[in-house]
Amino acid sequence: MPSARSLSRSRLIWPLIALGCLLLFNVFFTPNFFHIEVKEGHLYGNLIDIIKNAAPIMLLAIGLTLVIATKGIDISVGSVVAISAGTVAILLGGDLGGVPRFPVALALIGAVLASTAAGVWNGILVSRIGLQPIIATLILFVAGRGIAMVLTNAMVIWIYVKPFAIFGQGYWLGLPFSIYMVAGLLLLTWLVTRRTAIGLFIESVGINPTAARFSGISAKNILLGVYVFSGFCAGLSGLVVCSTVMSADGNNAGNLYELDAILAVVLGGTSLNGGKFYLLGSMIGALIIQTLTTTIYAFNVAPEISQVVKAFVVYGVSLLQSERFRRRIAGMFVRERAPA
Amino acid sequence: MTRRFLNNRSLSLLVILTLFVIMFGYGSFAYTGFFSLQNFLNLFIDNAYLLILAVGMTFVIISGGIDLSVGSMLGLGTMLAASLLEKQHLNPLLVILIVVGFGTLLGFFMGCLIQIFDLPPFIITLAGLYLARGLCYIVSIDTIGITNKFFMTAAQARIKITGDTFVSPSAVIALVVVAVGAYVLRFTRFGRTIYAIGGNEQSALLMGLPVARTKIAIYALSGFCSGLAGVVFTFYTLSGYALDGKGMELDAIATVVIGGTLLTGGAGSILGTVFGVLVYGTIQVLIVFQGTLNSWWTRIAIGFLVFLFCFLQRLFEARKGVTVAHSFSQEPAAIAGGG
Repeated sequence: MPSARSLSRSRLIWPLIALGCLLLFNVFFTPNFFHIEVKEGHLYGNLIDIIKNAAPIMLLAIGLTLVIATKGIDISVGSVVAISAGTVAILLGGDLGGVPRFPVALALIGAVLASTAAGVWNGILVSRIGLQPIIATLILFVAGRGIAMVLTNAMVIWIYVKPFAIFGQGYWLGLPFSIYMVAGLLLLTWLVTRRTAIGLFIESVGINPTAARFSGISAKNILLGVYVFSGFCAGLSGLVVCSTVMSADGNNAGNLYELDAILAVVLGGTSLNGGKFYLLGSMIGALIIQTLTTTIYAFNVAPEISQVVKAFVVYGVSLLQSERFRRRIAGMFVRERAPA
Repeated sequence: MTRRFLNNRSLSLLVILTLFVIMFGYGSFAYTGFFSLQNFLNLFIDNAYLLILAVGMTFVIISGGIDLSVGSMLGLGTMLAASLLEKQHLNPLLVILIVVGFGTLLGFFMGCLIQIFDLPPFIITLAGLYLARGLCYIVSIDTIGITNKFFMTAAQARIKITGDTFVSPSAVIALVVVAVGAYVLRFTRFGRTIYAIGGNEQSALLMGLPVARTKIAIYALSGFCSGLAGVVFTFYTLSGYALDGKGMELDAIATVVIGGTLLTGGAGSILGTVFGVLVYGTIQVLIVFQGTLNSWWTRIAIGFLVFLFCFLQRLFEARKGVTVAHSFSQEPAAIAGGG
């Protein structure tokens, strides 16, 4: 019998194959796609760009993976990204000379605290008041962007504080700094969920909250925890987004990110019905989305049209996750293929 | 059960009505020129497209589903209308027919995926949001201005009511949609089936109701409404722009929720939705009259109202004896089972 571990490995196979196919397509059709060169001590190339551009979505996807594992959803993350970006921009100030209004560290902490507070709000609505997750996070989805716009007074705030650029544009040991943020957060989350029982608790809440409660798991606190964590991740993501363009635009920062992040988690094999979650799968999912976008760019197609492609990817993936669809297909090819 | 539902429904209607009266009354006292019949009618004129979207959304939400695609479908509607009028020079009535038909078709397609393959409406309509927005850009990346005579007339026409008060054709279309929607929901077999599905899909199925057909029809109907809202929206802007209707799906959902429709399905009314839209419009007008707040406060206020109403709904549910544990489940069946 396959152990849980090898099963999780086999769940990773599908997203990996999808990513592999995309990359293979680029080997043949996009010249110089795999070309990586060293400029000024940094690595440059399409592959590095993909990882760098995927970083904000990856950070969001880490938090969302845990939320979705509890059979929840957090559609407010895009707005929370805007709040985080707005907060850090306000705290650093738009001083042309590059003198921050508050110390950079304080501004960073402030932004992450603000977004974590947003997570606490979501968590309380879901775990204590008992609202459906979609609705609970819908509130901040609507109001969050408003809060971000009010924070920044509906203006784009430019940041001239040089050290802050490291999150979105900086390099360390030849690689973009944001990759280390993703790796660090991923490692930490993996340790906490897989080296302690917390991961199991989260999965059991997703599979059956009542049963989880009866077996002595504090389902409420687990739920609260995952939403708080999702807010925290969105805060980090907001820092990267804000630092990449060195400005905070409450209207566009993190716009539609929630959809990309949810898509990344689903592509990575975590079911929207809760239960087992795959952090690494979500990361691969985010890479698939970014590779797809980069590939479309490489073909000189308007980037907006990539949304049509994304839509069909979502339809395809949902169909594959649908039991009824699988049964039908199995019924059609009953002779050629044994039912799974 | 029925009596309690009725009580609940009239109660939430009463709450939203009171809220509207208080807000409109506050505006009338605080700002001169606020209280007038025309200002009231303006609420319908300025929010006609939202009203049409919200009617479609009410059907979807009462059935226990959700449709996130309506905002981009509206955008696609404006793009299609503008492009067909200005580039293909088709007959305007034919254009309206095509736009509304295309919306219905997309809705039908999503409904089929949701029903036949048992997929979550949230994800399928989310993909629909992407799809419609992407199609907008395929139609054109630039804004297309509309110079068609019929559309210009529809945009500028004013229908007199009494003295110098008037409504626009868009408002009339919206009110017709409201009237038809309310009738269909209350008095037809289709409408009652929607309530039954939202209350408990399993029971509806066991009662022999045409669940599959109805669910597909609901999404087609919502697509129809988004297409029509797209046409009405072009009457305002006289152009097609690929970002039209961005985030409008959430405005529609918010107004439906504020109007007292339960997000778990099974209860709600078109009349409540109308007041939801009116409250939304009043908040916007109040902020304009207030003058110093920027328009983004509307979103914060709407978010707060959604919170308030969901919170109240939870309180009522709790009073009916639904345990908190049930609310974790997203299946309407589980909630009804606990009630």
